Parts: sequence; C-alpha cells; structure tokens
Amino acid sequence: MTGIPVGRIVRFALLSLGALTILAPYIFMISTAGKTQSDIFTAALSLIPQHFYFAENFAKALDKVPMATLLWNGVVVCGLIFFFQVAVAIPCAYAMAKLKFRAARMMMVLVMLGLLVPIHATALPLYVAFDRVSLLNSYTALVAPFTISVFAIFMFLQFFRAMPDDLIHAARLDGMSELGIVARVIVPNAWPAVTAFAIFSVVAHWNDLYWPLIVISKQAYATPPLGLMYFRAAEAGDDYGALMAATLIITLPLVAAFLLAQKRFVEGITMTGLKG
Amino acid sequence: MGALSLRGLSKAFAGNAVLKGVSLDAEPGEFIALVGPSGCGKSTLLRILAGLDHADAGEILVGGKDMSNVAAADRNVAMVFQSYALYPHLTAGQNIAVPLAMKRLSRAQRLPLIGSLLPGQRETRAGIARDVREMSALLKIDHLLDRKPGQMSGGQRQRVALARAMVRHPSIFLMDEPLSNLDANLRVHARGEIVELHRRAGVPTLYVTHDQAEALSMADRVAVMIGGHLLQLAAPETIYNDPAHIEVARFVGQPRINIIPAQTENGRAGFEGIRLALMEKVASGPVSLGIRPEFVKLAPDGRSGLAGRIERLEFLGSEVIAHCRLQASGDAIVAKLAPHEARDLIAGMPVGILLPSEQAMVFGPEGRRLRTAAAAGARQEPAYV
Repeated sequence: MTGIPVGRIVRFALLSLGALTILAPYIFMISTAGKTQSDIFTAALSLIPQHFYFAENFAKALDKVPMATLLWNGVVVCGLIFFFQVAVAIPCAYAMAKLKFRAARMMMVLVMLGLLVPIHATALPLYVAFDRVSLLNSYTALVAPFTISVFAIFMFLQFFRAMPDDLIHAARLDGMSELGIVARVIVPNAWPAVTAFAIFSVVAHWNDLYWPLIVISKQAYATPPLGLMYFRAAEAGDDYGALMAATLIITLPLVAAFLLAQKRFVEGITMTGLKG
Repeated sequence: MGALSLRGLSKAFAGNAVLKGVSLDAEPGEFIALVGPSGCGKSTLLRILAGLDHADAGEILVGGKDMSNVAAADRNVAMVFQSYALYPHLTAGQNIAVPLAMKRLSRAQRLPLIGSLLPGQRETRAGIARDVREMSALLKIDHLLDRKPGQMSGGQRQRVALARAMVRHPSIFLMDEPLSNLDANLRVHARGEIVELHRRAGVPTLYVTHDQAEALSMADRVAVMIGGHLLQLAAPETIYNDPAHIEVARFVGQPRINIIPAQTENGRAGFEGIRLALMEKVASGPVSLGIRPEFVKLAPDGRSGLAGRIERLEFLGSEVIAHCRLQASGDAIVAKLAPHEARDLIAGMPVGILLPSEQAMVFGPEGRRLRTAAAAGARQEPAYV
C-alpha cells in the first residue's frame, strides 16, 4: 500500500534521463540565446546567463536577416509540399489498398523501391533538369521534387487496408463514383493518418537544408535553415548569441504547433501503428 | 417472369470455384433466406447481385432486364451489411440521406459551398430531409438522427443501416447477416421487425445467414447453399421435412439429423430391422438413412428396439437430448425427448433404441435423396423397429 512500485520508479528515472539527454541541446540553445558574447566564451559552463541579453540578441537576429521572409518561405514550401503529397498519395493509396487491378503488385514493388532511394542519389539529375528549364531559385524547385511521397503512399496504404471493405461497398451502392468515395468516405476518415503524416512531412521539410542549399541561391526564396546559413556567413560565424536567437525563432513555430496539437498527433501516430 | 432471376452464376477466385452454377428465381415481394455454412459462397452471391463483384458466367435478371453489365449504383439494389458499414464521420441522419443525395442532387449541387448556391437544390434538400424523417419515424430512430455511429449501440446502428437501405425504395433488398452482431435477445426481436418491414416494403429480399433458425423462421422460401451449389430452394417446412439432399438434411435442424450407413438390396434400403422400398432403381450398395432426433424413441427397459447405451444426457428445459450409441454397429444416435419421457434415463445405462421406418429418409451415395414408397404413401402412425 505504501509508496510507488520500484519498477515504476526505475522506468520513470530512465525516461527522465532520456528526455533530459534529448532536451539538453535545446535548453542550452535557449540559454545561449540570452547570453552576451563574453558570457558565451567564458570557461565556466552555466545555464543561467549572467546578463539577460535576450532582447539584444533577438533584435540582432531579426535585423541581420529578413526573418519574416524566411518564415513565410518555410510556411509556403512546407504547405505546398504537404498539400501535394496528400493530394497524390491518398487516391494512390486508396487504389492500391482497395481496388483490384493487375499492376497493383508491380506498384507495391515500385513504392518499396522508392522508399529505398534517398534524395541525395537523385539530387544531381534533378538539379540539372531544373537548371535546363530555368526553374532554379523558385518555389517550384523547392516543392516539385517532393510532391510524390512514397512514404506517404506507404503509410496511407497501411491505414486504408485496415478500413472495412463494406464501407466502400456501401458507398458504391449508394451511388458514389470512385473519386466520390475518396472525397466523401476515405478522406474524412483518414484524419489520424493525415495528421501523423503531417508531422513527418512538415518537420522534415521545415528543417531541410540539403535541397534548398542546392537549388536556391537568392535570399528571397531561402527557407529558414538556409537563412541561418546566410546569417552565419554575414556574421563571420562568431555571434553565437544572435545565431541561437535566430535558431530559436525558426524552431519555435514547430514546437508551438506540436504543443498545441500534441494530443491529436499522438493519437494519429498510435492509430496508424507508426512509431518513432 | 420473376422479379429476380439468377441463371447459372459461377465464380472462381484464383482457380477456386466458389459458385458452381447457381440459379434462383424470386417472386415479387418474396423473402428468400440464403443459408449455408461459412464459405459456401452465399456472401459472394450477394456481392455479385449487388454489382460489387462480377460473375465468371451466368446472368442476373431484374424484372426481366439483364443486370450483368450495370454498375452497382445503377442497379437500385440496397444492401445491409453485417458490419452495418455506416459512414463513421456522418450522423445517423446524414447517413440515411446519402443515397438520396447521390440520386437526387446533381454532381455540381453536391459540391460544398458552391452547391448550396445553385438553383433548385434547396427544395431537393428539403425533400430529402422529409424522407429521412419519415423513414426514421418508421424505424423509431428519430431521436438518434444527430448522433454519430460511434455513439450508438449495435441495435441502433442496425436500424440506421436498415433505414439507409430502405429510404430510396430499392427494387431488390439484400441483407448480409444483418443480425449476427447483435446479442441473442435482440436478435430474436429484430427478426420479427425485419419481416414486418419487408412486408411493408414489398420488395424481393435476399437474406444471407448462417443461422438456420433465422432462415426457417423468417423466410417465405429458404435456399440452402453448400459448397457453391444451391442444393434446395423451398418453403421452410419442405426444407426441414423433405430435404432433397443429405447436406440439406444435415445443415437444417437442431440437434442434427441422425445419419446411419445402410445398404440397398433388390430395390430396398435396409438397416437392422428397417426395410424401405425405393421408388427408383438403384444399384445395390451403400446408402445413408436419415432420421430426425425427435422421431427416435428410447425404451428404458431395453426390451424393445435395438440394443444401445446412453452416453450423455443434455437437459434443455422443454426437451432432453439423449446421445446414444448402437451396440451392434457402433453408430451414434441422438434422440430428442420430452422431459417426461426422459425421467427414468441415466447416462451410461443400456437402453432400447426405437427407429421409426416411416420417418426415415434415404440418401444415395452421392447425397441425393432417394424417394421411398413409404414416404410417398399416406402418413401412418410410425412403425418402430
């Protein structure tokens, strides 16, 4: 009757340790964003800044790079990528999960192959192609390569397979076309899978540096991580306080979005059986 | 010309024949129960009828018109699914309205936002709402219209599914085990309601079930399907009293019919003291005798009947089931007795087993029923051996 079981204490301790390890860099980043230059370069490692320098660092971060443009670019690019990925993957996954056609097996193999090919392998030919059609330095170059996500197809496929066939049969008898079934039955019931996928997609593309670095050379189209690169270049890479403040600003939208919609995200991930 | 005719429907999945030439005719307003063990092809038949699946061969005629190449949506067939298949994101009322909206509103009118601006849709929507209210009043679900399927009980969901199927006045009604997800009490109650609704609608209904009691109690005619064949289509009484095939006799009736191996000789089927004259010429050889458990009598004193032993007694309230074994042949015999008949019986005791020759049915080696002179003649008091 007394106290908490030992197993639970051990489990809690291990989880706390893990959480601390993962959170430590972020906490240190917050702390650094509030330090003066001299504070950062002292020998003693302290989490609490000696002088609270947040305002100055943030002002510098906002001043040196067009932060609003960066964030707006990030939102546009992530939004477009996510929209197209879902618009392509849902009908595709529906067809593969619920319709019988001869190429279904072949398509499954192609999806699996697609999962195995990283963007780095196709980056060069894509770059050359975008250069030929003069689309470098545009939203198209940032968005187009990611509109078809095999990962999304794969994930929705698993989710749709678990949807009862009878539901689709009933919809057909009620007079819906296949497209109607996707729009009226599949999509409204696929929200858990869509939210779960949203995390993977938005986090990956918000934080992506590799591809924007290849196709973007003008600041007007820079995504947030690319903007940080410019920031470092502009500051000769030594004003860490301001850099951390800038980093804090660009990670904030994701953190805020996750905290606000945390419950739905977790629901979505557990419902689709996808973890970690 | 019947309201619905199936002609030689065949279907195979990956070389595995599920339907082997099924033909069936339904009269207008008839309630046909399609019954058979799981995997006999009855659900496949229903799906083909609905247009959700295609037959490899054969044709479907509705009111004389061939439906084989008509899309599911245009057949005007309604189906109630075992899982109810209600749209989980819509309320009960919206669920019931879906088939009407798909039928009465144009593609443009169904679009969100833009659709509500188009002319004429307001009246159509009002008509749909009125029909939904009428149907839900008929099924006594008016108070549930704003609830989503997840907030309803199994019985309520089943009613909503029925309402969704009935609301558009289909020309054929298909039901795929609609009661099997309900608890036992509700199931018996729902049987009566479905029969009543069917009578009101007057639409030919095909009702698939694996529960023979449901089939016998609800249907005008029962179609027994086993292994992809439709073995018999007849009134429930005929199915029970006069089965055309040994599998039909085995499937229908609880407890199961006693099947005893017997021999034919000189046109007579014989087992111990039973001799039955066959109406048709049959080569001498093994046949099967079928005797319903309620016709078997037990003599506790063992002085009459065939010598046997009671292995087990089951008391079921209004009746007692006695599982016996014949001493000579080792065949198991089940007797269904009234409680007062079973008063002196104890498990393990030797007993005389009386088999009525009058009530015995003879089945050929391939399972087909062989008519006997006795069964064809006038009914007499059963003569026991």
